[in-house]
Amino acid sequence: MDAAIEVADLRKTYRGRRTGEVRAVDGVSFRVERGEFFGILGPNGAGKTTTLEIVEGLRKPDSGTVRLLGRSPWPHSPELTGRLGVQLQASAFFEFLTAREQIETFAELYGAGKARAAEMLEIVGLAEHANMRCEKLSGGQQQRLSIACALVGDPELVFLDEPTAALDPQARRNLWDLMRSINAEGRTVVLTTHYMEEAEALCDRVAIMDAGKIRAIDSPAGFVRGLDAPTRVTVAAGQLTGERVQELAAGEAVAASEAAVVFETRDPRKLLTALASDGALEGLSVRTANLEDVFLHVTGREWRG
Amino acid sequence: MSIETVEVTGGTAARTRTGPFLSLVKALGRGWLRDRSQVFFTLLLPLMFMVLLASVFGSTDDAASRLIVVGDAQVFADAEPGDFAISEQSDLETALDAMRDGDADAVVVVEGSGAGTVVRIYPSATSATAGSIAEEKITSYVNGQNLEILSLVAGEEPPLITEVEAADGGSLKPIQYLAPGILAWGIAISGVFGAAGTIVDWKRDKLLRRLRLTPASVRTFLGAKVSVMLAVALGQTAVFLAVAALGFGLELSAWTWFAAPLVLLGTLAFLAIGVVIGGIAQTSPAAAGLSNLVTMPMAFVSGAFYPLALSPEWVQWISYASPMRYLNEALQSVVVYGEPPSAVLPQIGFLAAFAAVVALFSWKTFKFDEL
Ligand SMILES: Nc1ncnc2c1ncn2[C@@H]1O[C@H](COP(=O)(O)OP(=O)(O)OP(=O)(O)O)[C@@H](O)[C@H]1O
Ligand SMILES: [Mg+2]
Repeated sequence: MDAAIEVADLRKTYRGRRTGEVRAVDGVSFRVERGEFFGILGPNGAGKTTTLEIVEGLRKPDSGTVRLLGRSPWPHSPELTGRLGVQLQASAFFEFLTAREQIETFAELYGAGKARAAEMLEIVGLAEHANMRCEKLSGGQQQRLSIACALVGDPELVFLDEPTAALDPQARRNLWDLMRSINAEGRTVVLTTHYMEEAEALCDRVAIMDAGKIRAIDSPAGFVRGLDAPTRVTVAAGQLTGERVQELAAGEAVAASEAAVVFETRDPRKLLTALASDGALEGLSVRTANLEDVFLHVTGREWRG
Repeated sequence: MSIETVEVTGGTAARTRTGPFLSLVKALGRGWLRDRSQVFFTLLLPLMFMVLLASVFGSTDDAASRLIVVGDAQVFADAEPGDFAISEQSDLETALDAMRDGDADAVVVVEGSGAGTVVRIYPSATSATAGSIAEEKITSYVNGQNLEILSLVAGEEPPLITEVEAADGGSLKPIQYLAPGILAWGIAISGVFGAAGTIVDWKRDKLLRRLRLTPASVRTFLGAKVSVMLAVALGQTAVFLAVAALGFGLELSAWTWFAAPLVLLGTLAFLAIGVVIGGIAQTSPAAAGLSNLVTMPMAFVSGAFYPLALSPEWVQWISYASPMRYLNEALQSVVVYGEPPSAVLPQIGFLAAFAAVVALFSWKTFKFDEL
């Protein structure tokens, strides 16, 4: 079976009269398998949206090739678009329609019925706002409606461009559950995000993108493993003698301040057991390396997503 | 589980589907109806203009033409009561001043008496329409008088008789020539503003991009949008003509139904102009401004508010390039004068050619990437 997405060496340069040239996408290649949850993680202006738009067939690249479910997204074909679900970064609605009318119209375009539309409203938690005009919905509600519209056609391949950008933490968690479940139903999901923890929590594989280039692709766990960074274990100061601190550090880095002692260890299990037997667990926190460290590592820049 | 869903939706789909085109028409039509400013703009604004213009020009409607006669007012002794309201004045300059102040529609100087009397008419330029109506009435009255004198002289043999049928602006009630013009203008603004505004909206809200990624083709969507706008134009025409006929005494000819295809054709031409504007403008205010810049002058050089026959020659020349002129003329011929569609073929030809050329131009220059 063909891959869900195969992208080879995409390039896109925007030319503005005043802004000059912006290389929004600069040699991007990746492959997404069917059923995979794929994330593109990068700061503002990294080129995520542009990449997605090219893959979806909304923009033509200057060069490079795209295969979607084994075929080219260009020219548009109803057979292909009928199998895609798309949520664009900016919500796009018919003006002056209610949430229900909106999704029913989209359902009609995908050849689905009113029942499916109602079901989707229920799933994204908008059933009680069904009769509200779209422009009166809150930003997060609009976002959810837009995702419902993306899913109403029962797509095989779903593109979500920063779906959780305007959501409160509770709604974000709910949406994570929804995204997990649509992926669990066998749909391929491509997600862009600035949120490290979102990529970590959801994606099978993550592409880290910066300045138009994909810097690295791996699973979140693989990234962290590859980084081979120490785990930072912090406890409140005053529970251990200076000697004991040096002993526990066993030659690895340790920093003690008035408030806390911070160990950097590659064997957190041993250190934590020792701390427990010392009864020195007050103020304990354990922080393993995360994608933030990975980003710093692959781009050489601090994360400022 | 997802397979189940597919079956369920498939089953309902068969019962409740209306098809992409109709559902788009429904969605867009609903949106239009709920947009109060649009409804005001397309339905009420032209009606307001009609009320306004009819009351400006309408003071002369049926009412007597107000004349200031310098000289022997006996000339008008045989006039139908109610045709003229006559006051006398001995000095021409004073009379003309009074007319300029709006106290009269025409000043008439009567020189001599009996055979060979000269009736010199100074129609009002201040209120030109009332002036030209007065002029028309006086001329036809004098002709009538001449005819009587001639038939007296000729005895048995009647002299050559002309019978004047109401056929041109001057002898019509103001509403008869105002209504087609205002309708043409209304059609023009809703077409131009509608198309330009829609395109700017699409640039902003990216709806078209989203729809491009559904299985319904963009052509279906554009077709639905144009259909809604054409339906709006027809509704606008029906409401306007109904109000003009019932409220303002517009007499509709038997060919009035032919206004429908004319309005549709005109709308296509104006939509094409709107698309060009929408391609240039980046924001709604810019689109509205540019639309005004095009439609306002067009209204004034097309005889929409003010009879072309009374306009300066250069205006008449410019009007040949304006689609509003042809829509106005065609509507007037068909709706007011009751001429058959064959009489307006040139206007139809021009509107069609104009729509085609502008549509082609907008298609070629449009930056689809911006949508
Ligand atoms: N239509 C456009 N015309 C010109 N430049 C553009 C256009 N769209 C994007 N760009 C530029 O291309 C670059 C990449 O933009 P893009 O929207 O792909 O970034 P992104 O990763 O999606 O950012 P964000 O996280 O803010 O959504 C940016 O520098 C942006 O300024
Ligand atoms: Mg983006």
